[in-house]
Amino acid sequence: MSKTYYDPADLKKFGKITEWNEELGTKFFDYYGKVFEDGALSAREKSLIALAVAHVVKCPYCIDAYTKDGLERGITKEEMMEAVHAGAAIESGATLVHVVQMMKKYDKLSM
Amino acid sequence: MLKKSLKQRQNPLSSSKHQLNVLANGIFKNGELPSFKTNLEKNNLFPLKPNPIEILQINLGYMCNQVCAHCHVDAGPDRKEIMTKKTMQHCLDAVKKSNIHTLDLTGGAPEMNPNFRWFVEEAHKIGVQDFIVRSNLTIIMANKKYHDLPEFFKNHNIHVISSMPHWTKGKTDKQRGDGVFNLSIEALKKLNKIGYGLKNSNLKLDLVYNPSGAFLPTNQNSLELDFKKALYDDFGIEFHNLFAITNLPISRFLDYLLASENYEDYMYALVEAFNPKAVENVMCKNTISVGWDGHLYDCDFNQMLNLKLKGPAAHIKDFDEVLLKERSIQISQHCYGCTAGAGSSCQGSVV
Repeated sequence: MSKTYYDPADLKKFGKITEWNEELGTKFFDYYGKVFEDGALSAREKSLIALAVAHVVKCPYCIDAYTKDGLERGITKEEMMEAVHAGAAIESGATLVHVVQMMKKYDKLSM
Repeated sequence: MLKKSLKQRQNPLSSSKHQLNVLANGIFKNGELPSFKTNLEKNNLFPLKPNPIEILQINLGYMCNQVCAHCHVDAGPDRKEIMTKKTMQHCLDAVKKSNIHTLDLTGGAPEMNPNFRWFVEEAHKIGVQDFIVRSNLTIIMANKKYHDLPEFFKNHNIHVISSMPHWTKGKTDKQRGDGVFNLSIEALKKLNKIGYGLKNSNLKLDLVYNPSGAFLPTNQNSLELDFKKALYDDFGIEFHNLFAITNLPISRFLDYLLASENYEDYMYALVEAFNPKAVENVMCKNTISVGWDGHLYDCDFNQMLNLKLKGPAAHIKDFDEVLLKERSIQISQHCYGCTAGAGSSCQGSVV
């Protein structure tokens, strides 16, 4: 059997991180749970944000979790794809905005 | 798209024995996950005992004009099991002599039973509080002889409950068959037109949502808001309540879970979401399911697994609500489907 760094079954064990530091682990999960409750933004909107961020931070566990969460909420694949594009656009924008630095450096060093 | 039942295809999962074997072995046998019985025992809920019977859910037969991918009945046009008039009469007798206040007709497509209208008329005369027909909607459009069903329902004050897995065509047709979405929309418009589902109307029209895949339903109220907005904005359709029902790992849905390698993850999700509070209100507590042949079961799912009700009075002709109250409810791992999260029943969430 091939060994990989990521094992899909590990997602189920996420809660176990409290075993090595109960106080911080519990605080994290309390915070995490609170963040995704309905508030000024709906839980549905937050699920789509989470899905976009999951792709940007390239977390396979989060992608699995929030694709499933979206399905459970009745979120359509069109909505999911647009959310991921929003994340991808920011990520590529963050790359491309550095082009200004490249252009300035280029101009400064060039005669 | 499915055309034939598991039974017609001679799929091993058409055998209830085989399904029960799958549910008893694997991750439950090797101790990876606790059995449903173990979880009940841990919560001092075993054996599961019923409350007084309030609902009689009658399966009029497995014949259906649709072949849905998730169907726990394995219903379809090729299924010939149909309740006879004699058994229907036994059902009427049982209602007359008991405190049952709700009749819930299901199938298959219950309307395809040749004695459906006779039965509804007779049961209507008895005057139960809530008289439900689980209509798949497309039957209303399927054939000329069914076109007047909305009026027939109205004349007998029938509470219509219909399935609608999503407010979009793509997801609905994938689960329920090509063309089902458009026909369902037409049928809903017909029902709305004569007053069903409208605000303040006594003609009750509720929808049932089953997830179209290996995931659990989310909060019933937020789904209801999404369904109401989308169906009204896109089609001007109104309905009363949305019931979110979890797919139980039996029959065609079990076949799908196994074939798509989602079975273990799905069972993990169900077991993790086990909610002892949901156990208190599961439908087997106050419902008796009558099979097409008159045998009694603790629920429609047990009927499909051929887990016959244990004890005396196990056939509708011998119906005795006092004796039935003494029984213990038959369970297996599929029961996790009714106790996950907010719970699930034919009336949606239970917590």
